Amino acid sequence: MSLQVTDLRVYYRTLAGDVKALDGVTLGIADGEIMGLAGESGCGKSTFGNSLIRIEGRMKHVGGTVTLDGVPLPIDDQREMDHFRFAEVSIIPQYAMSALNPTRKIGKMVAELLATRGVRYRDAREELERRIVLVGLSRDVLDRYPIELSGGMKQRMVMVVSTLLDPSLLIADEITSALDVSSQRAVAQTLVEFRDRGFVKSMIVVTHDVSILYQISNTLAIMYAGKLAEKAPTEVMMSRPRHPYTRLLISSLPEIGVRFEEQRLSGIPGTPPSLLNPPTGCRFRDRCPLAIAKCAEEEPPFVEIEPGHSVACWMAT
Amino acid sequence: MLSLDRVSKSYKVGLFGGTDLPAVRDVSFSLQPGEVISLIGESGSGKSTIGKMILRLLSVNRGTISHDGTDISTLRGTALRAYYRTVQGVFQDPFSSFNPIFKADHVFGLIRGVYFGSASAAEWERRVDEALQAVTLDPGQVLGKYPHQLSGGQLQRLLIARALLLDTRYLVADEIISMLDASTRIDVLNLLGDLKARGLGILFITHDLSLGNYISERTVILRRGQIVEMGPTPAVFGKPLHPYTRMLIASVPQLHVKWGRLEAGERAGTGWTPAATEPCRYHGELLASGASASTAALAASGLVEIEDGHFTGCVSPNADGTCGGRPTTAS
Repeated sequence: MSLQVTDLRVYYRTLAGDVKALDGVTLGIADGEIMGLAGESGCGKSTFGNSLIRIEGRMKHVGGTVTLDGVPLPIDDQREMDHFRFAEVSIIPQYAMSALNPTRKIGKMVAELLATRGVRYRDAREELERRIVLVGLSRDVLDRYPIELSGGMKQRMVMVVSTLLDPSLLIADEITSALDVSSQRAVAQTLVEFRDRGFVKSMIVVTHDVSILYQISNTLAIMYAGKLAEKAPTEVMMSRPRHPYTRLLISSLPEIGVRFEEQRLSGIPGTPPSLLNPPTGCRFRDRCPLAIAKCAEEEPPFVEIEPGHSVACWMAT
Repeated sequence: MLSLDRVSKSYKVGLFGGTDLPAVRDVSFSLQPGEVISLIGESGSGKSTIGKMILRLLSVNRGTISHDGTDISTLRGTALRAYYRTVQGVFQDPFSSFNPIFKADHVFGLIRGVYFGSASAAEWERRVDEALQAVTLDPGQVLGKYPHQLSGGQLQRLLIARALLLDTRYLVADEIISMLDASTRIDVLNLLGDLKARGLGILFITHDLSLGNYISERTVILRRGQIVEMGPTPAVFGKPLHPYTRMLIASVPQLHVKWGRLEAGERAGTGWTPAATEPCRYHGELLASGASASTAALAASGLVEIEDGHFTGCVSPNADGTCGGRPTTAS
C-alpha cells in the first residue's frame, strides 16, 4: 500500500466557526494506482489533495493519520513536511499556468527549486531535457521566460517540473479543467504515461469531470460534503455503482449520442448541506430518493461490500 | 430570423494597435426562432466574438448581421432598444454577472427602468413571476436575496429569467453552464430545451461537444475564426466530414468508451503541438475523401455542401479555392 489515509479530518477556521471540509476520510492507494477523486464544488476534494501536501494557515488538522510507503507523513508540521514535499509528495496545482515565477527563466527557476532539495541542476539536466522532449516541448524552453509560453505549454512544463524527483505520490488538482478538449486528452494521457514510465508511483487525480477519470484512473472515489460516498475500481463504479449519489451523478452526464429530444437526462435536485453545521446522519439524505428514517438518525459507515468496493449508504449494505 | 452574412472581425493588437489579429473570418449562418444552434470551438476560435457581435457589444469589420432583414449595425436609439427587446445574452460566470452590493433581483429592476417605466407594480410583478416560472425558480426563494446567498445554478437561471422579461426571441448563451456543477448543469440545459419548444431561438456557445450534441438541432464547428463544418447535429456528430471535427469528437472523454492511444500525428495542430503544415493540414485529406468535385465552391463561401444542409470547408482556402497551406497539386 503506497498511501494509507486513516480518518483524516481537516477543518477551515472561519469567523462563523469551523467549516468541516474534510470530515473523516479513510482510504488506501496501491503502488501504481491512479485514483480519481470526484465530487461537486465544495465537497472537500481539493482540501483532501492540499492537506497531503501543505496545510495552510486557515486550515486545521483535527485528526487522522497519513502514511506514505510505511512512513507517517507529518502533515501538520510544515517544517518537517519539507523533507517530503516535492521529493516524495508532489502536486500539479489547479492554476499551473501561474505557478511559474515570471521573473526567472524557466531553467533558472528549476535550478533554484532543485537546490532547495540538495540536487545539483547539472546532474538533473539530462533527465529534465529528456522529459521536456517527451511532453512535446523543445529543450530551449529552459532559456525562456514563462510569458513566452502558451497556457498549454506552461501546463506541460509544470507537469515535468513537479515530477522531476520521481515522487512516490502525485496530486493533480483539476489540471484539465481550463484546457480545450484536444489538449485535455493529451494532458490526461501524459499523466498515465508518467505513471507507466515510473516517474511517479501513484497518483490522485482530483476533478469534477467523471468522464475524464473514467478514461485514465484505476479506481474512483466519489466525495460528498466532506466525506467519501463510494470508492471502487473504475469499471465496477461505472457498471454497478451502489451509492444513490454516484448513480445520480453518472446518469446526469450527457454523452455524445444522447439527445434532448430522445432521452431527457435529469440533474440532482437540491444543494449540498452547509459544512459549518453539517446535519446528523447521512449528509446526502435531503437529496436522496431512497432515504429512510434511519438515514436521519445514524450516519452510514464507509464499509467494504466487495473487495475494493466501499460505500457509505444504509440502502447499499 | 437572425442571420450572419460573411461576417469578419479582427482585433487590433500590439503597440498602438499596429497588428490585426483576425478573430472571425467569413462566417455565415442563420438562427430561426424555436431552434438551438450550438457554436462549438476551442479557445481562440472566435465563438464568443460572434456572440458579442450579435449582441452589438462589438462592431463588425466586414459582412452584415441582420435581424429580420435589417442590418443591426444601423440601429440607433429606439430601434436599438427594440432590438434588445428581442435579442438578449447570458454569459459564462454567474458570480461576476451580479453586483454583490445589490440584491440579485436588481438585474430585473434595471430592465424595468429602461423598458417598463410605465408598467404598474402589479403588471410588473406578474411579468417577473412569469419569467421566474419559465426558469423553474420559486420567487420566494430568490427574490430579495443577495447573490452570495444563491447557488450558481439559481443565479444563472435568474439571468435567463432577466433575458425572458422582454419579448425575447433570440438568446445568445455563451458558455452558460461551464461554471456549474455536473448535478445542476443538466437542469439548466433542459431549461434551454423547454424554452426552445416555446419558440425561443438559442445560440448555444460552448467548447463542450457532448453538451452541444445533447441540446442542439444544428451544429457549427469553428476553427481559428472560420467555420470548418456545419450541419444538422446528428449528421455532424454521426458522420463528421472534416478531419478537425473528427479529432475533436475523438478527444471527448466518454463514459463507456475509452480513448485510443493518441498518435503523434494527431497531436499536431491540437494546441498540444503546432502542426508542421500551417495553416491547413486537413485540406489534402478533405480532397481525397470525395469533396474534390466542389473545390470551386470553396472559393465562394469557404464551405462545400456535401449532403443536405451539411457543409464542410477548408481551414484556409486561397481565392481560387486551393488550400492556403498546400500546393495546388493536391487536387
